[in-house]
Amino acid sequence: MEAIYIILAGSLVAVSCGLVGSYLILRKMAMVADAISHAVLPGIVIAFFISGSRDSLPMLLGAGALGIITTFLIEFFHKKGNLQTDASIGVTFTWLFALGVILISTFAGKVDLDQDCVLYGEIAYVPIDLWITDTGTIMGPRVLYISGSVLLVVIAFIFIGYKELFLTTFDPSYAAIIGINTTLWHYLLMGAVSLTTVASFESVGAILVVALLIAPPATAYLLTEDFKKMLIFTCIIGIIVSVLGYYLASYIDGSIAGAMSTVAGLIFLVVFLFSPTQGVVFRNRRSKLSMTLNEEPI
Amino acid sequence: MNIHAEDPIIEVHDLTVSYSQKPVLWGIDLSLPKGSLVGIVGPNGAGKSTLIKAIMDLVPLSSGYVKLFDTQLDNVREKISYVPQRESVDWDFPASVYDVVMMGRYGKLGLFKRPRQADREVVQESMRLVGMEAFKNRQISQLSGGQQQRVFLARALAQQAEVYFMDEPFAGVDAATEKAIVELLRRMSKEGKTVVVVHHDLQSVAKYFDWLILLNMRLVASGPTVDVFKEELLQEAYGGKLTILSEVGDLLTKGRFPSREKTV
Amino acid sequence: MEDFLYFFSFQDPNIRYVVVGSVLLAISAAIVGCFTFLKKRALIGDAVAHSVLPGVCLAFVVSGTKNPIYLIIGAFITGWLSLRFIDMIVRYSKLKEDTAIGLTLSVFFGLGILILTAIQHSGNANQSGLDQFLFGKAASLVGQDLIVFGSVSIILLLVVGLLFKELTLLAFDEQFGKAIGMPVKGLELVLTTLTVLAVVTGIQAVGVVLMAAMLITPAAAARFWTDKLTTMVFLAALFGAISGVSGAYISFVAPAMPTGPWIVLVISFIAMSSFFIAPRKGILYKQFQQRKYQKQILEENILKAFFHLGEADEQYYGHRKISDLISQRRFVMGRLKGGLQKLVRSGFLKQDREGWVLTEEGKNKGQRIVKLHRLWELYLTEYLRIAPDHVHDEAETIEHIITPEIEARLEKKLNYPSVDPHNETIPYR
Repeated sequence: MEAIYIILAGSLVAVSCGLVGSYLILRKMAMVADAISHAVLPGIVIAFFISGSRDSLPMLLGAGALGIITTFLIEFFHKKGNLQTDASIGVTFTWLFALGVILISTFAGKVDLDQDCVLYGEIAYVPIDLWITDTGTIMGPRVLYISGSVLLVVIAFIFIGYKELFLTTFDPSYAAIIGINTTLWHYLLMGAVSLTTVASFESVGAILVVALLIAPPATAYLLTEDFKKMLIFTCIIGIIVSVLGYYLASYIDGSIAGAMSTVAGLIFLVVFLFSPTQGVVFRNRRSKLSMTLNEEPI
Repeated sequence: MNIHAEDPIIEVHDLTVSYSQKPVLWGIDLSLPKGSLVGIVGPNGAGKSTLIKAIMDLVPLSSGYVKLFDTQLDNVREKISYVPQRESVDWDFPASVYDVVMMGRYGKLGLFKRPRQADREVVQESMRLVGMEAFKNRQISQLSGGQQQRVFLARALAQQAEVYFMDEPFAGVDAATEKAIVELLRRMSKEGKTVVVVHHDLQSVAKYFDWLILLNMRLVASGPTVDVFKEELLQEAYGGKLTILSEVGDLLTKGRFPSREKTV
Repeated sequence: MEDFLYFFSFQDPNIRYVVVGSVLLAISAAIVGCFTFLKKRALIGDAVAHSVLPGVCLAFVVSGTKNPIYLIIGAFITGWLSLRFIDMIVRYSKLKEDTAIGLTLSVFFGLGILILTAIQHSGNANQSGLDQFLFGKAASLVGQDLIVFGSVSIILLLVVGLLFKELTLLAFDEQFGKAIGMPVKGLELVLTTLTVLAVVTGIQAVGVVLMAAMLITPAAAARFWTDKLTTMVFLAALFGAISGVSGAYISFVAPAMPTGPWIVLVISFIAMSSFFIAPRKGILYKQFQQRKYQKQILEENILKAFFHLGEADEQYYGHRKISDLISQRRFVMGRLKGGLQKLVRSGFLKQDREGWVLTEEGKNKGQRIVKLHRLWELYLTEYLRIAPDHVHDEAETIEHIITPEIEARLEKKLNYPSVDPHNETIPYR
């Protein structure tokens, strides 16, 4: 039962991350995701400190606010300060993350958060962290409810805004011409990223969230050229990552989140090398083939 | 030479556009007649793309205003279509030809709504017009340059607009595609659609367009091709920059100068 | 306070070592960071920093010790591998660089965490302290560690010094470098190696998670103060050094605190201040400058109004009241009064009971603005073919910025015209 709870939590997290991540890599915003996932830390700590509990609502608010502030700051330094985008991202998130770690150290003992949790989460504790109602009924692991609801929100968001997200990702200036508010959809997507990041934070930590945001969609992108299929493949890969990650971690007795990212990386590597259409190995063979064809006299 | 159209469909008044304070277009003033096939011509960096982007409100204006159908853009968005430069999007994007052409219908559909039979028929017809119906399910990453351009054109057609702006639709396409596109544009113009094309090949200008805009950071000429396509006007447009103008432009950037005194 | 004095008297040799070490590490990262920053590959440093973690852990597993030489070799190998990986992904797939960086960074780090936690759970007594590589601890920079990490950064500084010219060219204009026959590929390799080395030496003090800040932030801060590369490198090193010292100090007074985040906060503070206050490029400075121009424009417009009034009744030195000026132009009352006072102070106007009067200087200045306005209107109609009824607004701006040199050329180009497009006289002196 314990294993199933953990794998289920991991899958829920991996699937929500992968879905929003698909849009991020196509928008060439993977590093913004990296920045947001780091930068929500101070928001979480402050929310923790003020509310004094692990209630999800304050945490979501705190982190959501920080997520939006981060995207805003990156754009502010870029536009007003003329700072190049990559540096603007690098300066913004390191600063906020550092602030978060210091807050944790300062409030050590007062809040139930530590540096390890920040780095690689506590997915192993999912089965013992139960949601018990006021009447004493045990409802099962709390994290499952949180990540389940977030997944539902993400799916609803993609379902409702499918056309708008698709078009603003592919061709924002055309989207603007036909009257779609590209800024609005940009911030909505960033909001979804913040939400997913926070919900996944407890389970897999700030940095490994990035692996789940980027690796499964990047892998799926190499497997298909159809966007809907890419989303489906991303979900499947997310679940495989969760299952294999759990067993790898228990085999060598290490962090489950660390193992999940390792597995995600390995799957990517295999696809990168051997994908039937995009793989390096096949591509080399194909280009050799076309070269010999070209050399033939016409 | 600036000939104004009677009963114009597009009017540009005193339009100045700047990038980081430096004007790239100075005081453009022109009007275009309905149903014309308009070419925007000028040397590199003349602000050709900027002009159509400014008309479509994709770049902020420093001064001046634009009227389409005698009103503001927001009131007539569904009548306006745009074919961006081919390189402006990532063609590795996971989408099929059909997906991209269907985007032309998104403006008519609202949130939640899915394409209906009527939309699918329009998309089908648009693909047929550009000769791409056989490639309906092809992924866009597998298209040639000319085919990519046809897909963009089909997307614009699917919008069933009245005015079409096209940014270098002939750049990097094969001769067959160029011919097909020109024929299509002529047909659209005959049906009363207005088509504005950014173009950089002087050789074909007189053949393709019936109205010309000569641009080089300022308006050199605008009017029917027969009147505008003249040696001396072309020389003025292509005969190098106005040095005083560009130096004043540089001063504006350097000083981070506000473009106007605050009056209120 | 006592701690502060004790620390900065540097009596304690241990403190001296820690300070020297932290400063060296911070400086090397800052200097190498300048070049990656200018090549617009700042986030590459982030990827390398995260990717050295599995190397450090594997080196420990293989060697069984925390000997800094092994750890550095391990870190170097995986840091280097991560860069090769990013290049491979970008070259051989349709994925873009940002995805490649994010993917490599998080997967390598995940692998590092997996190995680290496995080591921690294995009960190996020797492993304690390995997790200091996550967030850094400057205070542990003593003895053998200091010698090893210190020598690496000294080598690094030497290489940068020797290849400064070449690296500059690489950062600014790779194409040109290629054209004049520089071994650009080899230099890229050197820069990559330097980046990895800077990260490897820095992690002891800052930790892998925040090492990216030591590469990016000092360079970004320095860029706001100067356009010259040598000055930029020097400033970045200085900013890095300041943050290094503060890191060492914090490690000394609050041993429970991880030092990395504090170092990063200090350097970020320097950077944020630079973004706002740096001359010429700072955000506040630019706003201040804007306001100054607004004032200058206002004053020039006031003098222009005086001149226009003078033109109307051919009495340039007549007394004018506020109502006269307002009839000329829609001035905002408060600003107009401020502007008038300023003009009196700078000697362009005189004030007495009957109102304000132009001085000779004031008249000349007002006249020049009017002249420039009309010249520019003429230029716009003649050379830009703008209709005469559309040129006024444009000229309202340009009249304030034309330099005497452009003024002279404008006069010559237009052949000293006597009237503008509205048939108004162009007033020459």
